[in-house]
Amino acid sequence: MDLSYFITSLTTIQPELMVSATLLVVLVFDLIFKQKKTFIPYIALAGLVATFFFLINQFGISQTAFITSAEKQYGIFSLDPFGTFFKFIIVVSSFLVILMSISSSEIKNVNSRSGEYYTLIFGMILGMMFLASANDLILIYISLELLSLSSYVLAGFLKKERRPSEAAMKYLLFGAISSAIMLFGMSLFYGLFATTNLNVIASLGSVSGMETITLTISTIFIFAGIGYKISSVPFHFWTPDVYEGAPIPITAYLSVASKSAGFALLVRFVRVGFTNTTLENGFWILLEGFDWQLFLTIIAIATMTIGNLIALWQDNLKRMLAYSSIAHAGYLIAALVAFNNESLLAILVYFVFYLLMNFGAFYVVMVVKNKHNTEDINDYDGFGTTSPFLAVVMSFFLFSLAGVPPFAGFIGKLYIFIALVDAKLLVLAIIALLNSTVSVYYYMRVLKHMFLTKKTDNSKTVEVDLFDKVVLLALAIPTLVLGLYFSGVVNLAQNSINILGF
Amino acid sequence: MPHVGLTHFLVISSILFSLGLYAVIVRKNAILVLMGIELMLNSANINFVAFAHFGNLGLDGQMMALFVIVLAAAEAAIALAIVLNIYKTFLHINVDEVDKLKE
Repeated sequence: MDLSYFITSLTTIQPELMVSATLLVVLVFDLIFKQKKTFIPYIALAGLVATFFFLINQFGISQTAFITSAEKQYGIFSLDPFGTFFKFIIVVSSFLVILMSISSSEIKNVNSRSGEYYTLIFGMILGMMFLASANDLILIYISLELLSLSSYVLAGFLKKERRPSEAAMKYLLFGAISSAIMLFGMSLFYGLFATTNLNVIASLGSVSGMETITLTISTIFIFAGIGYKISSVPFHFWTPDVYEGAPIPITAYLSVASKSAGFALLVRFVRVGFTNTTLENGFWILLEGFDWQLFLTIIAIATMTIGNLIALWQDNLKRMLAYSSIAHAGYLIAALVAFNNESLLAILVYFVFYLLMNFGAFYVVMVVKNKHNTEDINDYDGFGTTSPFLAVVMSFFLFSLAGVPPFAGFIGKLYIFIALVDAKLLVLAIIALLNSTVSVYYYMRVLKHMFLTKKTDNSKTVEVDLFDKVVLLALAIPTLVLGLYFSGVVNLAQNSINILGF
Repeated sequence: MPHVGLTHFLVISSILFSLGLYAVIVRKNAILVLMGIELMLNSANINFVAFAHFGNLGLDGQMMALFVIVLAAAEAAIALAIVLNIYKTFLHINVDEVDKLKE
């Protein structure tokens, strides 16, 4: 490993280096300017814009980096269109979360600590971006921990209050336990395959005999860490509590960015570490020894069913959106079960729309909370007449989340169902469809409160200021337009399904 | 005296992992839960180092163990800060009684 190779490898992580540089700049500015800190978020936004341009430069490139020994063909870092696509999702949602934080009164109240806040957000971004490209168990574990450790603190950022503190503790305990279980699984993997590199694991072929049991146990252990990040059943218990207790920008961030990074990891782990060959029609042949299809089918069905059923009787809107995000994780896992290139396409397309609609819904919840300090669904009564703008954009996001045409969420679900039907997984497709129908109830319940419940004397009005209006429109208009003209997104996703090594 | 081989290390690490998991499940005190997590992390470390040593697998495993030690320290620092904050707001660190968020 000479120096020139190291420098060549560094050019593949330009966006990550930009994020690290911004992290340091934010940290230093926070230390220098002790009094006036209102400009710090704008530095963060500028850093993200620069990162975005570095990412555009990288789009389409497939390259491996940081090869640790001469015998290995692939390094610990894979630069490929698939990872870059997820990095786009991560950077865009980071941009949105910073806009949310500028507007959020919860974060404004702790303005003296805003330097720490943005530093930690950049820690999360760095972890997620490396996670989207990690091709080695070592890098996977380190970037997962970087992401987790930053998000534990952010979940409990409002440390004077009880609920955020409790959220942070639950997030910490669940996270630390599942990452410890994941690490033990990784150590067994290392013993089984004598390597930590995912590409080498795939090239070794299957294991036999007694070792199948070890492989099963260690794979399930590793899935504990991944499943915790994407909040799949049975590792979802933290989700409602943390989503309810954390500041709203962080909740939105966890539900979109952190989940997308977890999915990037899951897909790469299955695709690179376990795929033997890819057939001409795009189907993957997985390694013998662990039945991913059965395992993920059970997880997917349990995740979407439990998420949707418990969401039915939630009165706290943040908590309802938490269960809804569990259900969406279920649909996405179901898409992966098809194990072909179409399922990758479905996942990528879905994440674009999921980003818009989920951030939008949380943004509306935040605007209401800023004014009235409430997240209760009953306080939304009569919004249709008292604050029509807010009610209409919220209905856009909720229709989209429910998958009602012509909104974007419908197209996302459509691609998932197409992938499932093409793979002849009709039972799973029908269960997903039924779940999707159930989910309409709890989304429409919010609309019922907003539009059909009569305005009473203690109905609340919400004046939306210009900044919030612009952001909400920037989220709501694509939610509708991309549902009608979705070919651009689909083409982009089609160009991004190349994972390095195949 | 019998020769100490890979199996011995694996048995030790499995026992440590199980004890850690047991502590995590049954303990109510947040600090003791964190101690259980430390046990689980270190059992994985033993595995990594043992596999690397007995399988002649180079330095990957040793390196991983070093990283895990560093990350475990970072995690402990953050975890203790959060638990301290729980103590300040709830005046106890009993995990079961920290239940302001409704189910």
